[in-house]
Amino acid sequence: MIRLERIHLLSRADKLQPLRNFVRELASQQGCCDENLDCMVMAINEACMNVMQHAYGGREDGEIIVEFWKDEGELLVRIFDFAEKVDLQAIKSRNLDEVRPGGLGVHIIHQVMDSVEYKNHPETVGNVLEMRKQLSMPIKCNADASDKNKAKKSL
Amino acid sequence: MKYPVTQHHNYAVLQLTGEIDLSESPHARKQILNHIKNRNNLLVDLSLVEYIDSSGVASLVEGFQTARAEQLEFALVGVSTSAMQVLQLARLDSVFTIYDSLEDIKE
Repeated sequence: MIRLERIHLLSRADKLQPLRNFVRELASQQGCCDENLDCMVMAINEACMNVMQHAYGGREDGEIIVEFWKDEGELLVRIFDFAEKVDLQAIKSRNLDEVRPGGLGVHIIHQVMDSVEYKNHPETVGNVLEMRKQLSMPIKCNADASDKNKAKKSL
Repeated sequence: MKYPVTQHHNYAVLQLTGEIDLSESPHARKQILNHIKNRNNLLVDLSLVEYIDSSGVASLVEGFQTARAEQLEFALVGVSTSAMQVLQLARLDSVFTIYDSLEDIKE
C-alpha cells in the first residue's frame, strides 16, 4: 500500500471547494474513471462536511487530516479529526421515506463508496473514517497511474 | 454568488449557479425561502449547477416543504447531470416536480 498524499485543512466550509479540486486531480492522476471520481469527490466532501458540522459542531479552528492511499486497484481515504469521539451507533443513514432537510450525507457516502468504516481507537483522540473505492470500476480507464509525491500539504 | 430571478407564467424562476456546497447553501436557502415568504410560486433552475452537496439539497427540500405548507408551487427545472445524480442518490428525484425546461411549463 502506497501513501499518495496527506493534506491538512481547517474545519471551515470554504476549505471544501479546494479539497474537492484536489481530490479530482489526485484521483484523475491515479487513473480513476469519471464516474468513480465523482463518487469519491462526493463522499469525501460529505465526510468532511460531517466532521465540520457534527464532530466540531461548527467550530472553524478544528483540524482535519485527509490521507490518500493506493492499495492495488483501490483508493483508500482516511479522514482524521481531533474532536470528541462521536457515538458510532448514532451515525446511520436516515429513512429516505421521510422527506426532510438534512441527514443525507451518511446515506450518500455509503451509496457511492465500496466500503465505509470508522476506525476509532479508544486510546487516541478524535475519529478516523476509512473509505475505499475501486479506481476503475465499472469501466476500465486507460489513464496512467503514477505514484506522486508524499509531501505534507495544506488547503 | 448572484441569484438572478426571472418570471415565467405565474412562477418566479430562481437561477442557482456553480457549486452549491456548505459555504454557499445558506445563501441559496435564504433566497429560496425569501421568494416563498413573498408568496411566489417558485421554480429553481439547476441547469448551471456544477456541484451540489447534501447541504444544498437540504435547502431545496426545505423550500419544497415550506412552499407546500404555504400552498405554493415549488419545482425544479433543467436539473444538471451532477445535481440529478445527487437527487437520485437521495431518492428525491421522485419527490420534487422536475421539468426539463421552461417550455414544458404551461400557464
